[in-house]
Amino acid sequence: MIKQFLRLEWKAFFRSASFQTNLALKILMAFGALYFIAIFSIMGVVTFFILEDNNLPPLETVNQFMIYFIVLDLLIRYFFQKMPVVNIKPLLLMPFNKSKIVKFALGKTVLSFFNWMYAFFFVPFTVVLLVKGFDPVGVIAWHLGMVALIYLNNFINVFLNDETIAVVIAGLAFAVLGGLQYYGYYDFTVYTKPFFHGMYTQIWPALIPVLLVIGAAVYAFSYFKKRLYLDAGFAKKEAIATNENMEWLNRFGKLSTFLKNDIKLIMRNKRSKTTIFMSVLFLFYGLLFFGGAIEVYDGPFWRMFAAVFVTGGFLFSFGQFVPSWDSAYYPLMMTQNIRYKEYLRSKWWLVVMATVVSLILCIPYVFFGWETLAAIMVGAIFNMGINAHLVLLGGAFIKTPIDLTSGKKAFGDKSSFNVKTLLISIPKMFAPMALYAIGHFTLGPVFGFALVAIAGLIGFAFRDKVFDLIIKIYKKEKYKTLQAYKQNS
Amino acid sequence: MITIENLSKTYNGVTVLDLEQIDIPKGQAFGLVGNNGAGKTTLFSSLLDLIQPTTGFVKNKEVIVSESEDWKSYTASFIDESFLIGYLTPEEYFYFIGDLRGQNKADVDQLLAGFEDFFNDEILGKRKYLRDLSKGNQKKVGIVATLIGNPEVIILDEPFANLDPTTQIRLKGIIRKMAADQDVTVLVSSHDLQHVTEVCERIVVLEKGKQVKDIMTSPATLKELEEYFSGHAAMAAIAEEE
Repeated sequence: MIKQFLRLEWKAFFRSASFQTNLALKILMAFGALYFIAIFSIMGVVTFFILEDNNLPPLETVNQFMIYFIVLDLLIRYFFQKMPVVNIKPLLLMPFNKSKIVKFALGKTVLSFFNWMYAFFFVPFTVVLLVKGFDPVGVIAWHLGMVALIYLNNFINVFLNDETIAVVIAGLAFAVLGGLQYYGYYDFTVYTKPFFHGMYTQIWPALIPVLLVIGAAVYAFSYFKKRLYLDAGFAKKEAIATNENMEWLNRFGKLSTFLKNDIKLIMRNKRSKTTIFMSVLFLFYGLLFFGGAIEVYDGPFWRMFAAVFVTGGFLFSFGQFVPSWDSAYYPLMMTQNIRYKEYLRSKWWLVVMATVVSLILCIPYVFFGWETLAAIMVGAIFNMGINAHLVLLGGAFIKTPIDLTSGKKAFGDKSSFNVKTLLISIPKMFAPMALYAIGHFTLGPVFGFALVAIAGLIGFAFRDKVFDLIIKIYKKEKYKTLQAYKQNS
Repeated sequence: MITIENLSKTYNGVTVLDLEQIDIPKGQAFGLVGNNGAGKTTLFSSLLDLIQPTTGFVKNKEVIVSESEDWKSYTASFIDESFLIGYLTPEEYFYFIGDLRGQNKADVDQLLAGFEDFFNDEILGKRKYLRDLSKGNQKKVGIVATLIGNPEVIILDEPFANLDPTTQIRLKGIIRKMAADQDVTVLVSSHDLQHVTEVCERIVVLEKGKQVKDIMTSPATLKELEEYFSGHAAMAAIAEEE
């Protein structure tokens, strides 16, 4: 039976119209995965010796900070680990056991990279501990306890659908605790360390996570089994609709038709609403850099990286998927009297307006010095002048239909921002960094800022050229795109 | 108004549409019938340049649809739900289409006022998004939206499917009214022989992508079509027995 499911998954992957882009991204992601595997393996071996050289008890030190690792892992999972999406509707009518369907879906999460990547750290680390003569029983109990904790996170994440606010608050709380500890005001790891270290010294505490993870797995199983009806767990909630005319947008003339529609698109659909949320989250990202919280980011050009990031949250999470946002009614768009240029311009304006709003919200960063604000300003100019075009250009190649309501899938595809988006976004950060670095190390920071700003301004001049290029792609790919978007409807 | 020249579509070596020539003069009410897989939707999709023909072309008022987009300003169509925007209310959708077709709110409101019966008080002012409407009601919205902005060509794929009997009868009235207008060319496909013969002046029958009949509707047409399709059924039965 499992074989049948696997076959379905296999076909869904290889027969999807976006297969080729998918494959390229998968390869890119594989390199990313290899990178993490390498880093983790090296850390697993050397952590012990580094801590020992610094006269710190290795295992105890690791256990002291383990709580941060667990919380961070949960946060990373929440935002990046994809939920096991199984299209249940056709399966429900088949003579399957419902438990099989649920087992398969949950089984998929168990095999996720997010679980086994940590093995590359924990296995070598454990081996080093054993070689160094730590108590074997204790070390193994500790190891098993950690594995259980990682899987506990896996199951917690399955339930954490659409609890973004709670997750972010929890993350911020731990960030504050970490800050307090770093500056020596209050050390709360005193309370968590005994548990982690207890798994080694007393062994029985290791049973707690093991029992918890078994409980979580059983609960998740019955929870989803009970909700495996089309009208129970996944019932569409009918929203009360209001007509909005948005007269204030009429000043945009012909563009207003599309702008109004785009704003409704963002406000009224689950998937697109997360883009707003992401842009707010990105605003705070600058704290990591400008606040000097992370030493690696102290190099001057990292400022530029952060500047592009904080003002570009919406740009990256929304712009990336133009025209996929309109995939559900693409045939309509293709048969109506629509000029591509107006359509694109509306999306462009939306992205630019969001960047301006982000810029305004970023003004408090002036607290970290005028250079920080200057960086953010030129970063915004670069975003509007160059990156806004680049994301729209990139979007023209993405043919993955977006299911706006995403009510049909069993577990809900919660995030429009995933690893893929991030990977495509990275090059857009490095250009301004490089430009700034050139300026910074030759004539000083002001010249660096000027270079980035000039690049952005030049970009504006090429706007219509880029639009023409995008339109050409749209036209050339029209039939393929229509075909690909059909997969959803 | 519409000329179909040598139009064919082949998917992986299987020809699903193969038409030599069809001319549809301005003002004609044109009906398309055929069994599943006969190529009706493929034909309509190529008329709207939604799929790329393997050979041949479609001319819509002297515009080759795959080469220029000028036909879009006078052509309206409703093929399926992908012509609706799910997160809009019906009113917003009508105004959106109106905007695209150069009609202001008042124009659209005036047009909608004429369809109060057709909507049966289930569409307007219901505070529902299109995605939450039933299939039938969605169809009503899509069909009425094609009338916004006085298009010269209207293309409707299976307009009668999913509609309740009352609405079907009302829709026939609407299409007949359009057909009577000598400036509007209407293209309708259907599985319902009776409906098509009632509203269309000319009926083309497709079978496996080929045109097998081209009839100007007369009182005898329904019978002719029924015989043709039941003959089909009889032949299929014989073929099965052999």
